[in-house]
Amino acid sequence: MSQIEEVSIEKFKHLVSERALTGETMLLNMGPQHPSTHGVLRLLLELDGEIIVNCIPDIGFLHTGIEKNMEAKTYQKAEVMTDRLDYMNPIGNNLAYVMAVEKLVDLDVPPRAQALRVILVELQRIASHLVWLGAFGLDLAAMSVFLYCFRDRELILDIFELVSGARMMTTYIRPGGVWRDVPVEFEKSVRDFLKIFPRRVDEYEKLMTKNPIFVDRLVGIGYLDKDVALQYGVTGPTLRASGVDWDLRKARPYSGYEQYDFNVPIRTEGDTYARYLVRIDELRESLKIIEQAMNKLPMGAVHSENRKFVPPPRSEIGTSMESLIHFFKLWTEGFPAPKASVYSAVESPRGELGMYLEGDGGPKPHRIHLRTPSFDNLAVLPQIVKGHLVADLVAILASIDIVLGDIDR
Amino acid sequence: MDKKLEPIVKIVQDKFGATFEEFRDEVHMFVKPGNIVAALMLLRDEQNFELLSAMTAVDYYPQSEPRFHVVYQLTSIVKNLSLQIRVPLNGSSPKLPTATGVYDVANWRERELLDMFGIEIEGHPDPRRILMPEDHEGHPLRKDYPLGYEEPQFTFNFDEIDLGKPYAKE
Repeated sequence: MSQIEEVSIEKFKHLVSERALTGETMLLNMGPQHPSTHGVLRLLLELDGEIIVNCIPDIGFLHTGIEKNMEAKTYQKAEVMTDRLDYMNPIGNNLAYVMAVEKLVDLDVPPRAQALRVILVELQRIASHLVWLGAFGLDLAAMSVFLYCFRDRELILDIFELVSGARMMTTYIRPGGVWRDVPVEFEKSVRDFLKIFPRRVDEYEKLMTKNPIFVDRLVGIGYLDKDVALQYGVTGPTLRASGVDWDLRKARPYSGYEQYDFNVPIRTEGDTYARYLVRIDELRESLKIIEQAMNKLPMGAVHSENRKFVPPPRSEIGTSMESLIHFFKLWTEGFPAPKASVYSAVESPRGELGMYLEGDGGPKPHRIHLRTPSFDNLAVLPQIVKGHLVADLVAILASIDIVLGDIDR
Repeated sequence: MDKKLEPIVKIVQDKFGATFEEFRDEVHMFVKPGNIVAALMLLRDEQNFELLSAMTAVDYYPQSEPRFHVVYQLTSIVKNLSLQIRVPLNGSSPKLPTATGVYDVANWRERELLDMFGIEIEGHPDPRRILMPEDHEGHPLRKDYPLGYEEPQFTFNFDEIDLGKPYAKE
């Protein structure tokens, strides 16, 4: 037993301070089964009493080789794996992947599909932020918020079930459009949600925003400097809470985001409380986008007419020989993509979700790299937590909103 | 190409003898491994590319010269521009100088390259595997690494498969 311990200190020698080697400070494992590490994350902490001297994240427990697996599948089939990537944001992952494929093969998307994509992705953003808000409250010992948040998230998951048949792993967004048009009940369920939800956000704010215990634990804790954040490639609400105005939906609009009027919440404090406020504001901004998109949801086709990439509708298959051939070819062989590479990125609830996609002329991708926001957002953690108490680490970790499926891929 | 990007591409071309390709409005510049740190430094300090958005590699096995392309996806927030830098590496002993001095985010991203592609990073402050277990053999994202799977153990083949398993038997 003692031998194992010696080896492990030796291994991390260059990452801990001198005092750890003499035994003056203590090395402590937090995780991988710790409830507040939001999945299977192991943090090796060097502690001086209660104060964190060094923090060494150890990731990879959830590594499932998604990138390698996607290389072995055709473009349509590989999409299913993106659902499993960041399990709080499956529709957003679909969108990021599908946009990369569309860019690679140069495929058009009709306006109705674009608007549906925006509505669903924004609903997903709210769902993701709700899980975050609930878990954030839970980490700070506010149990009730967690239950309320999951109640509301259920409304969104019901909408996903309505349109795609699945609550989470939807694969609803497809190259060239969406899977099929939304059912008639869709409009009512989204409108109902839009009616209920603003009151609920106010309720959460009443519970948390000015709660003295909550504020005491958050204000001034976990300051992240703007330059440090950029150096570490931090994106999303975590970056915006440090005062950098960078949101891909505004800076490089995709899927018709330029038509909608919304603000990008920015805070300059850079602490845990600022990150909380930014996300709360984002809930309201997402509602605004959904409402506008619902009001001007255009009629028309929901997928592209380009039969080389999009399967024909079921009704045509019985009467048209070409449709049958296209259908058969697409689902057995897949479609070829040029021998070139593209990088396309969307704003996920956690930051820049980028897809590097390279084709080799055949129906399978040569290489897919998933640039996941949580990976880089976690890398900055050791810089934030130094000098804080262990109890603060829990709040800080919750405030940067990591998803381990997103990190380990 | 974006008008704002043209002078930047010109500077990198002149200074480092880089070439470039365009595809769907993206600019990919090819830089030699020896010049990459200087090129990144120049782009960050003089051209406002504050963010190293993504960093990855592509394996072109069985082609061996170059076998790998290391890809740096740079973003400028101030100018709202993207630029991709690609570094071709040979297959026999792929080596790359570390970019951790320019972008701190490169630390974990380079560990991923080391882990997944076996690209040696010269001067990296913490060269450990990041996603795979430390004692893992091979580099999974290389094209000559089989996708593979574990054969299910049933009663009839339990012992046979067990023999081949790597875990310690006393």
